[in-house]
Amino acid sequence: MLRREVPILLAMIVGWFMVGEFFFPWAEPAGTEVQQMAVIITATGVILGVANVIRINLLKVSRRERDWRYSILLLVGLGVMALLGTILPVVHAAVHGGGWKIGPFNLVGITDGTLFDRLYNRVYVPLSATMYGLLAFYIASAAFRAFRVRTMDATLLAVAAIIVMIGRVPLGEKIWDGIPLLTDWIMNVPQLAAKRAILIGAALGGIATGLKILLGIERNFLGSD
Amino acid sequence: MSLTQRIESLDRRWIFLVMLVAMSFPLIVHMKLPVRASPEARGFYENIEKLQAGDVVYLASDYDPGGKAELDPMLLAVLDRLFQKNVKIVGATLWPAGSPLLERAYKAEAPKYNKVYGVDYVHLGFKEGKENVMVQLGKSIREVFPVDYYGTPLDSLPLMHSGLNGKPIDKLNDTKLLVNISIGYPGTKEWVQQVRSRFNLPMISGCAAVSAPEYFPYVQSGQLSGLLGGLAGAAEYEEMIDRPGWGVTGMAAQSLAHVTIVLLIVLGNFVYFWNRRQGVSRP
Amino acid sequence: MNDPWIWIEAIMTLAILSYLYKDNPVYKAAEYLFVGIASGYYLSIYFQNVLVPNLFVPSWRGVHAAFGPGTPAPTDLIRLSSLMLAVFMFMRFSPKGAWLSRWPLGALVGAYAGLAVIGLAQGDLIPQIDSNLLPIITPGSWSTLAGAQGLAQGMAAFLGLFSNVVLIVGLLATLVYFFFSLEHRGFTGRTAKLGVYFLMISFGASYGFTVMARISLALDRLRFLFEDWLGIHISG
Repeated sequence: MLRREVPILLAMIVGWFMVGEFFFPWAEPAGTEVQQMAVIITATGVILGVANVIRINLLKVSRRERDWRYSILLLVGLGVMALLGTILPVVHAAVHGGGWKIGPFNLVGITDGTLFDRLYNRVYVPLSATMYGLLAFYIASAAFRAFRVRTMDATLLAVAAIIVMIGRVPLGEKIWDGIPLLTDWIMNVPQLAAKRAILIGAALGGIATGLKILLGIERNFLGSD
Repeated sequence: MSLTQRIESLDRRWIFLVMLVAMSFPLIVHMKLPVRASPEARGFYENIEKLQAGDVVYLASDYDPGGKAELDPMLLAVLDRLFQKNVKIVGATLWPAGSPLLERAYKAEAPKYNKVYGVDYVHLGFKEGKENVMVQLGKSIREVFPVDYYGTPLDSLPLMHSGLNGKPIDKLNDTKLLVNISIGYPGTKEWVQQVRSRFNLPMISGCAAVSAPEYFPYVQSGQLSGLLGGLAGAAEYEEMIDRPGWGVTGMAAQSLAHVTIVLLIVLGNFVYFWNRRQGVSRP
Repeated sequence: MNDPWIWIEAIMTLAILSYLYKDNPVYKAAEYLFVGIASGYYLSIYFQNVLVPNLFVPSWRGVHAAFGPGTPAPTDLIRLSSLMLAVFMFMRFSPKGAWLSRWPLGALVGAYAGLAVIGLAQGDLIPQIDSNLLPIITPGSWSTLAGAQGLAQGMAAFLGLFSNVVLIVGLLATLVYFFFSLEHRGFTGRTAKLGVYFLMISFGASYGFTVMARISLALDRLRFLFEDWLGIHISG
C-alpha cells in the first residue's frame, strides 16, 4: 500500500486541492503552501539529476569506460561551477568573511562581476547557443536532400512554407507588396484554423488525462515495481 | 554519373558552405532592407505605447542561451522603450539559465536612462515551479520571491511599494501589463492558460519563431494583445520604435538565407524528379 | 579581440561548429564540458534561488522558533513537510528505500494535473471555441474590398471576405480529421481530407517559421565571430 496506493492518494488529494482552490478562494493560503511544496520538489528533482550525472561519470572514470577522459572534463567543469556557486557561498556565509576575489572577479556569488557569471557568459552561453546554431546548417541540408514534393499534401506544405519564408522577411515586400499580405492571411486564417483545432484537441486530451490522475485511474507515472 | 546525379548525391558539407556564405555575405557588406510591421507586432507596440509614466509592468523573461539569438534583441528593445517611457519593471524568469541574461539586458539599457535598481526596475531572479509559480505570482509575489536575485528582501526595494496610491506591488494584478519574452515551456502558452484567463491581466508576448505559429489563435481570441515572432519580430519592433538594433541588421542576412533554402528545396526536387524520370534516382 | 575571454568564447564556438566538418575530439570535449558547466550552473542556481530562500530559511526559522524564543509561523512549520518530501526524493539512490521517492512524485503529478485541468479548460478550450463563433462574412470586408487600391490590397481584401468562412470550415474539418472513432469514409472522409489540407498549410507555415528560427540562431554566432572576435564591424 505504501508503494503504490499512498502516492496515488497523494496525487489525488493534491490535485483536487489545486482544482478546489480555484473555486473556493478561502483555500488560497493552504493552496499557496501546496504550490510551494511543488516548487521545492521540482527543484529537488533537478538536484537529484545533477547528483546522478556525477554518479554516472564517476563510475565511468573509475571503470575506464569509453570516453572516460571526457568525463573528467565534465566533472571538472561541474566541480568548478558547484564550488563557485554553492560551496564557497555557504563557507563564506559561515565565516562571515570579507570580499573573496581573484583578479577583478568575485569568487562568491552568482551575479554580475563574479567568476561564476563570467564562466556562464563565456563558456556556457556560447556552447549552448552554438549547439542550437548548428541546426541552421542541418535544416538547409534536409531541405535539399529530404524535402520531396511527391503528393498533394507535401505540395501544400511546400507552397505554404515558401510563401511564409519569403513573406516574413523584408525581401518579400521588395519582390511584391502582396506577398507579406498573403503571408498574413495564411498565418491568420487557414494556419490559425488548424492550430486552433490542435489546441482544442490537446486541451480535451489534457483535461481527460488530468481527470484520470485526479480520479486515481492513471497510474503510469509511478513506473514499474 | 550525370551532373544531376552528382548534384543529388552532393556531400552535405558543400550545402553547409553555401549556407555559411549566404548568411555571412550580407553581414560583411552591410546590406540593409526596410522592415514592415505585421499586425500582431503592431498590437505589441501599441500596448506598450498605451502605458504611462509610473505604470508598473511584470516582465517574464523566460529563455536561456538557446534562445538568446532571437529574444535578446527583443528584450533589449522592449527595455529601452519601457525605460524611455519611465515605466517601472518587475522582472523575473522561470528558466534556470535565464537570470544572467535578464541581468545583462538590464545593465545594457538602464544606464542609458539613468534608471536606478530597486526604484525603477527589479530583478527577482529565477524560481522553479513553472505553472505553479505563475499561479502563485497571481496571489503573492513575495511568497514566491522572498528576496530578489541579489538576496535583498523585497520589502526594502522602493519599487515594490510603488503601486496605485503607494500600495505594495504584491500580486500580478498590481501591475498594468504582463510582458512575456519566452522560448518554450514554460512560456507564453502557460502564461495564457494560467494567468491571462485566471487573473485577467493584459498580456503581450515575444517568442521564438518556432513557437509563434501556435500562438496566433491566442492573438485572434484576444488572449494575447500582441505578438512578436523571432528575430523578424524583434526587427519589426525595433523599426516601430525607431531603434535599429541586431534585429534590423540581421534581416538582410535572414532574407538571403531564406532565399537559399527555397532554392535548395526547388533544386533538390528538380534533380530528384529529373533523375527519377531517367530511372536513376536515390530512394 | 585582445580580451582572453573573447578568445575562450570563440574557441567554444568554433569547437562546436567543427562538428559540421565531422565529429572530432575537440567537439566531443566541448560537448562534455558543456554538460559539466551546465550541471554545475543548474545546481548552484537551484540551490541559491530556490532551496535556500524557499526551503532552508523558512524551515530553519520554524525549527528555531519552535525550540527557542518566539512563536513559529504555521507556514514555516508546514514547510518542514516539504523538507521531508525533498529528502524522500533522494531515497531514489537507495535500493531498499527507492519507493519513498514515489510520494513526492505523486504529489507533484497531482499538483500539475490539477493546474492543467483548470488551465486547459479556462485558458484554451473555452476561449478558443468562443473566438471561432464568427459571422460568415467578416463585418466591414465589403467596404474594405471597395476601398482597396492596387493589386496587393485588392487581393488581401478579397481573401478577407472569406476569412471567417475559412476559419469555421477549417476548424471543423480539422477536428473531424482528429475524430478517429468515426471511420473516415464518404462525407466524413472528404471532410477529414480537407482537414488534412489545412494541417499541411499550418505545418508548412510552422516549417517556414522554424527555418527562420534556426537561421537566426546561426546568425547570432556569426555576428559574435565577425564583430566581437575578428573585429569586423557589422552592426548599426
